[in-house]
Amino acid sequence: MTATPVLVLLDHAADGTLRPPVRELLTLARELAGDAGVQGVWAGDEDVAAAVPALAAQGVTTVHRLATDTDVHLSAVLADGLEAALAASGAALVLLVSSFENKEAAARLAVRTGAGVVTDVDGLEVQAGRVVAHKTVLAGTWTTRCAVSAPTAVVTVKANSVVAQDAAAPSSPQVVDLPVEVRASSTRVRLVERTELAGSGRPDLGSAHVVVVGGRGTEGDFSAVEELADVLGGAVGATRVATDEGWIGHDAQIGQTGVTVSPRLYVGAGVSGAVHHRGGMQASGTIVAVNSDPDAPIFEIADFGVVGDLFAVLPQAAAELRRLQG
Amino acid sequence: MRIVVCVKFVPDIQSDRQLGPDGRVVRDGGDGTLNELDENAVEAALALAEEHDGHVVVLTVGPDDAVDAVRKGLQMGADEAVHVLDDAVAGSDAIGTATVLAAAVRHLGADAPVDLVLTGMAGLDGLTSLLPAALAEALDLPALPLASTLAVDPAVGTVTVTRRLDHATETLSADLPVLVSVTDGLNEPRYPNFKGIMAARKKPVTTLTLADLGVDPGTVGAAGARTEVLEAAARPPREDRVLLTDTGDAGTRLAAWLVERKLV
Repeated sequence: MTATPVLVLLDHAADGTLRPPVRELLTLARELAGDAGVQGVWAGDEDVAAAVPALAAQGVTTVHRLATDTDVHLSAVLADGLEAALAASGAALVLLVSSFENKEAAARLAVRTGAGVVTDVDGLEVQAGRVVAHKTVLAGTWTTRCAVSAPTAVVTVKANSVVAQDAAAPSSPQVVDLPVEVRASSTRVRLVERTELAGSGRPDLGSAHVVVVGGRGTEGDFSAVEELADVLGGAVGATRVATDEGWIGHDAQIGQTGVTVSPRLYVGAGVSGAVHHRGGMQASGTIVAVNSDPDAPIFEIADFGVVGDLFAVLPQAAAELRRLQG
Repeated sequence: MRIVVCVKFVPDIQSDRQLGPDGRVVRDGGDGTLNELDENAVEAALALAEEHDGHVVVLTVGPDDAVDAVRKGLQMGADEAVHVLDDAVAGSDAIGTATVLAAAVRHLGADAPVDLVLTGMAGLDGLTSLLPAALAEALDLPALPLASTLAVDPAVGTVTVTRRLDHATETLSADLPVLVSVTDGLNEPRYPNFKGIMAARKKPVTTLTLADLGVDPGTVGAAGARTEVLEAAARPPREDRVLLTDTGDAGTRLAAWLVERKLV
């Protein structure tokens, strides 16, 4: 890869603020782009002005605001927009936050442009002119390094892979409207309805630095889980059993088919650690497990494991943390 | 309604899964099986076929043993199977696999039009979830990915799905022919019963090569891959682990440990 800008898709909330992992991607992009600079892609009708201060702090030079009448929530339309932004920026590397919808756009972009695509990456470097991605695979049990041999690389990056840091000097991001030629085929899918999920008041599960998870052992009572999550400033997650039982919403389900998390700290309470769940959390930095069953498989991967009653251990830990924090 | 279900042969997730020196998932360890998440796609196809008088083809691309994946589909109740088997396919990335599957779906479409292409939401080995959108792109079909509900109205030829994303829920629809990927929340896959297992023995399994499909071997497999695994290593076990049984102060000790580790 020569000195070309790095392009980052700027995922944002309805109020125009950047999703937390985007700052991590911008930090990563800045390291890789050097003097060529980091450029953003703004997809959606939301007001980019709300994000400009954060983009300036990250040193973003240009924001390509996709100008189209069609809904960019359709992955084919987003791919049309990213294709236009690639051409406009001259970038050879596009970074997206790892999410199902971004992976859809990434796959389309790769088929259309001949780019190589790597998903769920937790580190990136440039070696001998090639983008080399680091990722954890097979439910967190293996690590790989994967080089992109095509001239263009499309990479989806997991949240919490890097620590977001502001640029040494802030920039004055230029917002440029980018006309998007939407292919006729891109609008064959109709977006009949889209409902944004209401925030929980806690950090977003997929990108939280701390996640406290309740499983079967809670027997539906998440009060201890929520209390510890709030003391730790973390998000609340759940196992498939807990969501299937209706104890908590499906959007809280962590696992290889639900939300994949890799927080700095994962606390599993009453979580057995079935392989389907481990596939969604095993790349976490530090793993704490509290379970009354000493044979629970989660103890095989726990850094700190307690065989005990979660309704005794969690409140005691929360109380002690409050005391220590004064 | 003619339905093609794309399925993958993967190592059983309960087994000790390995990557080989080439960085590829070891698939000949004897622990291979039909990707669990593809069972939901087969189930969806069978349910639709029962409702709308359909014909279900299960399609896979992979090594010799991958035929086990389509056999399982036949045992569940699919009508016929296609196995793309060619040494040149080995080492394909998701885009290469999509190229081969697209050619196979087109090949099947030459006999009679394919109305619906179904896939699972991910392969439990790679978990990239790239294939459904890449295949839709390669086939130039509208895609309805990640369906947690699925309704087909054959009278007007419309397919409607709902899906859950990280920050939103969506309802999408498109007219046939379409590609749909389904989640494991859509349905409960049936188990093959004795009758199904016996019946599957008489069902046809067609083996096709890249030459049969008119695919240039240089565009797929390791030769056509746009990514290359440089290194793969088993993660070392976690160190300095603490395991204790609560005798009344485990919560306090946990709090102290978190503070000591600077995790709060």
